[in-house]
Amino acid sequence: MAEVFSKLADYFQNVPAVRYAFIVGVLIALCSSLLGVTLVLRRFSFIGDGLSHVAFGAMAVAAVVGLTDNMLLVMPVTVICAVLLLASGKNTKIKGDASVAMISVGALAIGYLLMNKFPIRGGSGNISGDVCSTLFGSTSILSLTPLDVWVTVILSLLVLVMFILFYHKIFAVTFDETFARATGTKAGLYNLIIAVIIAVVIVLAMNVVGSLLISALIIFPALSAMRVFKSFKSVTVCAACVSVCCACTGIIISIIDGTPVGSTIVAVDIAVFAVFWLIGLIKGGVRK
Amino acid sequence: MAQLTCENLTLGYEGREIISDLSFSVNSGDYLCIVGENGSGKSTLMKTILGLHSPMKGKITTGDGLKQTEIGYLPQQTLVQKDFPASVREIVISGFQGKCGLRPFYTKEEKRQALENMKKMRIDDLQKRCYRELSGGQQQRVLLARALCATKSMLLLDEPVAGLDPRVTAEMYSMISQLHKEGITVIMISHDIEAALRYATHILHIGREVFFGSKETFKRGMFLGSYSAVTGGERNG
Ligand SMILES: Nc1ncnc2c1ncn2[C@@H]1O[C@H](COP(=O)(O)OP(=O)(O)OP(=O)(O)O)[C@@H](O)[C@H]1O
Ligand SMILES: [Mg+2]
Repeated sequence: MAEVFSKLADYFQNVPAVRYAFIVGVLIALCSSLLGVTLVLRRFSFIGDGLSHVAFGAMAVAAVVGLTDNMLLVMPVTVICAVLLLASGKNTKIKGDASVAMISVGALAIGYLLMNKFPIRGGSGNISGDVCSTLFGSTSILSLTPLDVWVTVILSLLVLVMFILFYHKIFAVTFDETFARATGTKAGLYNLIIAVIIAVVIVLAMNVVGSLLISALIIFPALSAMRVFKSFKSVTVCAACVSVCCACTGIIISIIDGTPVGSTIVAVDIAVFAVFWLIGLIKGGVRK
Repeated sequence: MAQLTCENLTLGYEGREIISDLSFSVNSGDYLCIVGENGSGKSTLMKTILGLHSPMKGKITTGDGLKQTEIGYLPQQTLVQKDFPASVREIVISGFQGKCGLRPFYTKEEKRQALENMKKMRIDDLQKRCYRELSGGQQQRVLLARALCATKSMLLLDEPVAGLDPRVTAEMYSMISQLHKEGITVIMISHDIEAALRYATHILHIGREVFFGSKETFKRGMFLGSYSAVTGGERNG
């Protein structure tokens, strides 16, 4: 065990890529878990999936067109889709979950089609390998460039600041949107802000866990926290802590064992959920 | 000037009229009871007053320094999901959100008032409890405390006693009438005509017959209304 730790410490000091992996992993885990609480409560658990598939489709288009920085295309497209899905409210013709499913599968299919039809310039030439790494995250988180890291750090700090500033408004709008509207809260504006933030987080998270596993980062910490805690604040704080711890553990395991980062983090999240579920059961049993 | 004036309101959904040409006004300090059959449009009227629904015709004006967004509101049903984690305190203080504008946090004064409103509703000992684990009556008082945070002068209550047992119902009525005595204008939807006649100063009956006026006028004209059977005894005695 001590050997493992000294090896890790050594990595941490001497390999910048390991440091980058931790910074990016922790920040993304933090942001996604904070938003997860409101998304789960709004019955929008699958928004992460839907939007990340949109981001995947956009990424495919960017790769085919040969954009050097595909963030320029992926980010706006995802933000627009998020706004359409989340901010349109309850009165749309197609119900929330159906439209999420529609956009999600559609973008996935078209993205895959494009990637096959027009092999990616500068890609590995191995289509299924490229597709696999965009879907499940790269096998190694260690390929992040300093630019990736800076973009992630700046955007996630922005997300955090926004979340803290809008925390009470997010609660009011999530708990009872009608009352909030009636008493003069600009619910539409806050829904829009939440949609934009979630899109940003998802595009960032794609680097770490890939499009298929983002939902896990968003919902597991929130669900775990909700098993045990009963107030919005405690659930939010607990979800954030759980998520950060799981991300760190997952990254450590994947560095030591060479497992894919995304799925390792998600596996840790699942284990923690099981533990919280048990704690919830025991606590509930004692109370009643 | 009246606090709330509705002129020639016509309400409905998707072109279908439910209430037509309704006019009434509420003065500061009134206690107005809105009665009428199921589906007569009481809740729709309330949503229109709150600006959640727009009238097909007519207009609503507020006066006396009251803004439309400063009306406290107790919905007929609050569909809170089974697993929503929210403590009583968090819900009550969220009543101030409309006043916050872009300010991100609640002020000390707002926290103090939230506590005071919880004391008034006798739920200050439940502060830390989870909303969904409370009884229906307790939940109703939490939402009433939230509505109090949202207003200084006018409360709109949509069937505040629905589903409560007689003892809790009486408690709820006395709390509301206490608030009324403290100077808050109350507009309440109710099916309980006896309570309406006991507490209210004005009655608005909507449905097939439309009536608006003081309680006394309503009592005198009651033989015309569909409630004569219910309160016939009181009229004779
Ligand atoms: N969102 C809606 N879309 C279309 N019609 C609606 C909608 N909400 C209510 N209605 C219709 O409007 C009419 C009035 O409804 P409303 O809820 O205002 O009645 P109410 O007087 O509050 O009844 P209750 O005593 O049962 O609460 C009903 O016929 C109802 O079917
Ligand atoms: Mg109603």
